[in-house]
Amino acid sequence: MTASATGSATRAEYCVIACAEVWRGNGEVLAAPMGAVPSVGARLARLTFAPELLLTDGEATIVGPDGEAEGWLPYRRHLTLVTGGRRHVMMGASQLDRFGNQNISCIGDWEQPARQLLGVRGAPVNTLNNAVSYWVPRHSPRVFVERVDMVCGVGHDNARAAGPSATRFHRIPQVVSDLGVFDFGTPDRSMRLVSVHPGVTVDRVREATGFALTVPADIPYTRTPTPAELRLIREVIDPSATRDREVRP
Amino acid sequence: MTDRPAARDKTMTPEEVVARLESGMTIGIGGWGSRRKPMALVRALLRSPVTDLTVISYGGPDIGLLAAGGRIARLVTAFVTLDSIPLEPHYRAARQRGAFTLTEIDEAMFMWGLHAAANRLPFLPVRAGLGSDVMRVNPGLRTVTSPYEDGEELVAMPALRMDAALVHLNRADRLGNGQYLGPDPYFDDLFCEAAETAYVSCERLVETAELTKGGTAPQTLLVQRHSVTGVVETPGGAHFTSCVPDHPRDEPFQKAYAAAAADPAAWAEFSARFLPPDGDEKSYRQAVRTWHEEQK
Repeated sequence: MTASATGSATRAEYCVIACAEVWRGNGEVLAAPMGAVPSVGARLARLTFAPELLLTDGEATIVGPDGEAEGWLPYRRHLTLVTGGRRHVMMGASQLDRFGNQNISCIGDWEQPARQLLGVRGAPVNTLNNAVSYWVPRHSPRVFVERVDMVCGVGHDNARAAGPSATRFHRIPQVVSDLGVFDFGTPDRSMRLVSVHPGVTVDRVREATGFALTVPADIPYTRTPTPAELRLIREVIDPSATRDREVRP
Repeated sequence: MTDRPAARDKTMTPEEVVARLESGMTIGIGGWGSRRKPMALVRALLRSPVTDLTVISYGGPDIGLLAAGGRIARLVTAFVTLDSIPLEPHYRAARQRGAFTLTEIDEAMFMWGLHAAANRLPFLPVRAGLGSDVMRVNPGLRTVTSPYEDGEELVAMPALRMDAALVHLNRADRLGNGQYLGPDPYFDDLFCEAAETAYVSCERLVETAELTKGGTAPQTLLVQRHSVTGVVETPGGAHFTSCVPDHPRDEPFQKAYAAAAADPAAWAEFSARFLPPDGDEKSYRQAVRTWHEEQK
């Protein structure tokens, strides 16, 4: 373990940093965050190391950091932007498996589910056309499952099986949870631990994951927010602390 | 005195719209989630005997209410949500008891299905769907191979053709020209163009000249009269969904709806109060006003 100073950052703030980092170096693409922590992260990235990112007001307007409109993005244009690939979305997941298949549709048998959730939404089009990362605020074996009940977001195994049209633009850069950061940098493109947030042990991550995770020998801590980043998060981007409602401080 | 013939006045009441719908039809409903849904027309539909419907919708409380009323035989959707309340309780309950057949497709597949229907094409090729369980749960979906050098295999998304479309807009004239004044057109024009008949309810019926008065941009004129069969003036006709800038979503009322929907006894009370079989849109609005007074 590589220890690093935690300063006074909370777990939620480490999660914000980890989410912000998924958009580093993406260029002029739409950062599409779903959930409070990714939203704070996207705005932090836009205000600091990724000024070229595009952000929306959550409705149909592309806005700058101060909320000034710089573009129009109603749903139909948003879907075109998805298929054109100039977007990196951070979606949620009710279930996520080792190859990055994601489910937000239903739990149990699809014909008559035990729990009906949202539906597939845009997960199939997202995963085949633009970069898709995931955010899981409560890492547990109920979310990180061996196999998802309904493949909404397409994972590496299913994309490969579906052929070159499916893999052509398929990319799942990272998964961020309240425990750590993960990617798919293994030979079979299954999930791998990249970093743990300070205060989290590798054993705890293993216990909270319902499949065998690849764990390299040396796992660093998620990087510490700088004082300037902490000030932006707390005073400028999220003064009402929406992040603390998703991840307890 | 002008010698120009008058264009056809297409105004009608919600009841007259519903009288043109028949059991077994395929009905498209515009809006998105809990936004600009033609709720007055849905409420009128619930007071009619029309049932056994195939409904095509980016689903919100329109689907919740029709599911609770047992009117849906098949639903074509990518999601059903109340937005500020993520899960629609009536829809959840209906799915969990297997109340109707579901055609679950992706949001973009849905859009291309509308485009195909509006363009009188049997299908449009899309990448979305490949590798996902959308292909498993819709065994009728086929793929096509590009005839060009790339040879890509893509999903052939079938046209979402419908017998009737119901949409709600901010303004309309008597001829069927419909205008949205909010930030997002959703897909309402495509719904109208993809349907054999289309009915536009609006917050306010105005003279044609008034639609662009004061410099209002002509590109707000989303729906054109050639694709509209009937126009209904229903102030608050999207209630309780949002219809900005005329009104936001009625969040307290939506909350009360969702709470009632989660419990059969509470729902019986709620529907008796707000959606009685002998009611109309006027009595609905009065019941909502009284309810808001009580909440103060």
